[in-house]
Amino acid sequence: MPVLAYREALNQAMTEEMERDDRVFLIGEEVAQYDGAYKVSQGMLKKFGARRVIDAPISEEGFAGMGIGAAMVGLRPIVEFMTFSFSLVAIDQIVNNAANMRYMSGGQFAVPIVFRGSSGMAGCLAATHSHRLEAWYAQIPGLTVVLPGTPADAKGLLKSAIRSDDPVVFIEHENLYGEKGEVPEGEHLVPIGKAEIKRPGADVTLITYSRSLKTTLAAAEKLAEEGIDAEVIDLRTIRPLDIDTLVTSVVKTHRAVIVEEDWPYCGLGAGISDRIMQVAFDELDAPIRRVFTRDAPIPYNRALEASMLPSIERIVAQVHDVLYKK
Amino acid sequence: MSQLQAEAKPVVSRNQALGWLRQMMVIRRFEERAEMMYQKQKIGGFFHQYSGQEPVAVGSIGVLREDDYIITAYRDHGHALARGMDAKSAMAELLGKATGCSRGKGGSMHFFDAEKGFLGGHAIVGSHIPLAAGVALAIQYRGGDQVCLCYFGDGAINQGSFHEALNMASMWKLPVIYIVENNGYAMGTSLERSSAVLDLTIRGGTAYGIPGITVNGNDVEQMARVTRDAVNRARAGEGPTFIDAQTYRYKGHSISDPGKYRLKEELDEAIKNDPILQYQSVLKERGWLDDSTIERFTEEVKHEVEESIEFAEQSEQPTSDALFENVTVAPHIPQE
Repeated sequence: MPVLAYREALNQAMTEEMERDDRVFLIGEEVAQYDGAYKVSQGMLKKFGARRVIDAPISEEGFAGMGIGAAMVGLRPIVEFMTFSFSLVAIDQIVNNAANMRYMSGGQFAVPIVFRGSSGMAGCLAATHSHRLEAWYAQIPGLTVVLPGTPADAKGLLKSAIRSDDPVVFIEHENLYGEKGEVPEGEHLVPIGKAEIKRPGADVTLITYSRSLKTTLAAAEKLAEEGIDAEVIDLRTIRPLDIDTLVTSVVKTHRAVIVEEDWPYCGLGAGISDRIMQVAFDELDAPIRRVFTRDAPIPYNRALEASMLPSIERIVAQVHDVLYKK
Repeated sequence: MSQLQAEAKPVVSRNQALGWLRQMMVIRRFEERAEMMYQKQKIGGFFHQYSGQEPVAVGSIGVLREDDYIITAYRDHGHALARGMDAKSAMAELLGKATGCSRGKGGSMHFFDAEKGFLGGHAIVGSHIPLAAGVALAIQYRGGDQVCLCYFGDGAINQGSFHEALNMASMWKLPVIYIVENNGYAMGTSLERSSAVLDLTIRGGTAYGIPGITVNGNDVEQMARVTRDAVNRARAGEGPTFIDAQTYRYKGHSISDPGKYRLKEELDEAIKNDPILQYQSVLKERGWLDDSTIERFTEEVKHEVEESIEFAEQSEQPTSDALFENVTVAPHIPQE
């Protein structure tokens, strides 16, 4: 199986879908002539031309809204945000127009659109450029929210997102773009709404997504050294949540730790923890614990930034806590 | 009677002119009766009346083809009716019924009619202006020659979405026509208190290299003429036009607004020059209309609107299942 970088897998997904369906096009800042700020769209202008790979001015609200309008009359736009931090100036379009259109129109209009781009704390970008907005978007009925953690999922989920008839918020991680992995060729579709058990285990369930998957898998190996068998679940889609996979795991392990790059208060882990406790409280032998980004704006200083992120040590400590190990 | 109307050569046939007059009468009657229904608490939420501005929608939509698109803001009843939405489905929506144009999910501010290319009433000021550019982008992408008309109030000129969209629409020569319904007030804030430049064609036209035209929006035929020119330009691939349609709303911003920020004389003057009565005079002078036809129209319109009320009142409420219907195209899984 070919080994591709995460960014190449995303490029392959868009390229294959655009070859398959003329209604699909890409619009965003620097996506065409510059070949993509993070080179995700490299070579696509040359391949598809300026009709289908469109450089937009720095007008996130404007081009996000244009994508929605085009989707309402039958196209299938991919709107790239250079980073989801910039989606904050387009959030009215995503929440009020993309998410609500089908409902408000009594089912008359669909908005088959993908909003995609980088996200997360990528290192020394400070407070404005390090946002993790997945919990904000995951709260909105009408949106689908996807965060691939591996190159194979990046391709398979993006292809599914482009084929979805609903608006999909597709959040990539800036630090994963160079990450390599095996990626199936051609028609590789990862279903939306399905989590994946990346490492089966019996003693504790570790729930995570996106970049934190790597840290969590490393923590699981560390735990194995001391005889703790952790099951690691990659959520992949956070709305709709694959609650069945989570509950099945918790019924087996009776313990859960959620690892996320988001802030804790009103964050994704809070919502997931509540969903699990509603249906499986009696199965739990310990309160659900969370490992999160510490509750402060993101500092520029490298060491300070690193100190707030979920780390192997913090994950191990929380696992010890749910296992009542000193 | 306005000079413009007296001097303008008719831009329409007699039949079309009478159709426009009748449409304006339907809109006026619909709004008046709906306001009464609101006062009887049959209609809830925010409700923005179109009375006084009828020629803007009727004249401009009147020159479109069936395959063109229309998108507007929250003062949307007039545009929907001008596009041929059945008054029954409009009134049923106001009453929140399952037979309403948005199945009772949208209400006054969110009328939709996909079959008629009516892409909605939109209630966040300026938010739909980029959508119109996107619809036009899709038309151009497919190589079609349709157009999209986009309406908004003078308050929307101050939103960023307006400027972002007009810049791109002009750069890419998109077939979209932007029509500001300039009634002089953004809710209670007059244009003088909200815009540094009072000539809006400078802000929406000159600034983006778009032809900007000021028109008496209360003159249905002038409105039709400038829109037709703009539509022809758009169909020819020459890009957008910005039309500053100067008009006046008779009622407050919404039903809860007594309009204390404007003088009574100003309103009286506007009502004295009522665009529907004026158009009736113009058509009479041309020999296209007589009193008996006006009387017949009045009766027909009354009947049509009463029928819509009866239909709306008798229609079913949405079932409880409707709560989770049409959230997404894929089956919606409530995250509860």
